[in-house]
Amino acid sequence: MAILVIAEHDNATLKGSTLNTVTAASRCGGDIEILIAGYQCGAAAQAAAEIAGVSRVLVADAPHFADSLAENVAEQAISIAGNYSHILAPANAFGKNILPRVAARLDVAQISEIIHVCSPDTFERPIYAGNAIATVQSSDPVKVITVRTTGFAPAAAGAAAAAIENVEAVADSGTSHFVARDLAKSGRPELSGAKVIVAGGRGVGSAENFKIIEQLADKLGAAIGASRAAVDAGFVPNDWQIGQTGKIVAPQLYIALGISGAIQHVAGIKDSKTIVAINNDPDAPIFLVADYGVIGDVHELVPQLIAELG
Amino acid sequence: MKILVPVKRVVDYNVKIRVKADGSGIDTANVKMSMNPFDEIALEEGVRQKEAGKATEVVAVSCGVAQAQDVLRTALAIGADRGILVETDAELQPLAVAKLLKAVADKEQPQLIILGKQATDDDANQTGQMLAALLGWPQATFASRVVIEDGKAIVTREVDGGAETLALNLPAVVTADLRLNEPRYVTLPNMMKAKKKTIESTTPADLGVSVESRLKTLKVSEPPVRTTGQIVPDIATLVSKLRNEAKVI
Repeated sequence: MAILVIAEHDNATLKGSTLNTVTAASRCGGDIEILIAGYQCGAAAQAAAEIAGVSRVLVADAPHFADSLAENVAEQAISIAGNYSHILAPANAFGKNILPRVAARLDVAQISEIIHVCSPDTFERPIYAGNAIATVQSSDPVKVITVRTTGFAPAAAGAAAAAIENVEAVADSGTSHFVARDLAKSGRPELSGAKVIVAGGRGVGSAENFKIIEQLADKLGAAIGASRAAVDAGFVPNDWQIGQTGKIVAPQLYIALGISGAIQHVAGIKDSKTIVAINNDPDAPIFLVADYGVIGDVHELVPQLIAELG
Repeated sequence: MKILVPVKRVVDYNVKIRVKADGSGIDTANVKMSMNPFDEIALEEGVRQKEAGKATEVVAVSCGVAQAQDVLRTALAIGADRGILVETDAELQPLAVAKLLKAVADKEQPQLIILGKQATDDDANQTGQMLAALLGWPQATFASRVVIEDGKAIVTREVDGGAETLALNLPAVVTADLRLNEPRYVTLPNMMKAKKKTIESTTPADLGVSVESRLKTLKVSEPPVRTTGQIVPDIATLVSKLRNEAKVI
């Protein structure tokens, strides 16, 4: 039986998370098919068809899919679920919102945020903020799975293009309506896939002081993140938050500035290749996970770092 | 309008958990247990909506062992009017909990169910969404603001690039994110008042729900350990090491 990946896209382009999810799908055995539920989403469908390893792209195009409302996208996936042994989506705000509805209606368990596929029915996933790893086995006829994208490399865009087929769109649930969206537009890389991340915590002190963090990020071509403390204090927007309940990241280089290193924050950065920490407090737990630590004042040391980077 | 708030008893989020040597699970003996922090936020929201005159009753429900009563007592002290304990010693996975909550909702007929977005033990982030699907209700997950008006819930949600706002027809399911509110402290007078409020007890069998687990945990292990790092004396040394040793810049 085949494997279905519910693609994340904005109708015009495919999101990177879909590529990591396809890689996870490839470990489950079976042909990979992609569902694009959107509105005027031909371009996204085309991009999906060009992913290496994909056999077929199913497109459900209707106005009520324009904003990826969970009730509608889930219903569309449920309408074709009978053909698949596995249904996957990325473990981000998009996938986490939609997939459990699919699992419940199919009367099967969902396996959330897998980091490794051991076999087509056995998976590893983090629990307790990543302080333990559970290996779980599903005996359900369909495995419904969300994928931690940092656990899988993105599938390549192949030269070959898979077949694109239109499927009948399910009706609008009519119970939920999109009102507005407020997304930050930034020239910087997105946190989820960034190779270098600079993050600030409570120690940065103010929204104004975050400007120096931004200068460092610009110097390194880095994405910018923050700890919960900095978001709660109003220094930065909520979508900058990294941690157990924010974004999970795994860059080549993670620089933590004025971040103490609470369990919940570390949960979001543990898989980074190299962690650097700058903090005034020699006892800050961040130094226990950092590969390199500098004890000192962020306000003095960050300008020095910018200068040293040349 | 009645609001139902499911609350889960979990290992306190400050506890440094230990994996059992035989890999069978987490050592929870003598470990501090608390209400899941996201459920506290969900409950606070229910109570605030009642205080604002949008709801007439807030009912807290918990599924699990008898000691889950403690979490229900806390819920009553925060401001829930009544508690329901669905008592079982069986391992409960999200699908089973969603089915139990559906059975409770069918009896209680709430117009709004608010849950925490995820529990800090299994980090599953499924129960609210599953419950909404089983009930055939709309959902708004990761809520940072909830406004009830004209038979609708207008919910602002935190999404990956910022925020979005949805309008849901009631009845609906909302899951609470961190910034929905800051829960109040439980005061001693409220804890005393809570003793007069009722907690009714039921079981999965009474509700006609099978709670058989679908996922089998084969083992629980420690995550890969990072090698110990080094403190470096100054920025110049740091940059040199990042360039020449770690080779990340």
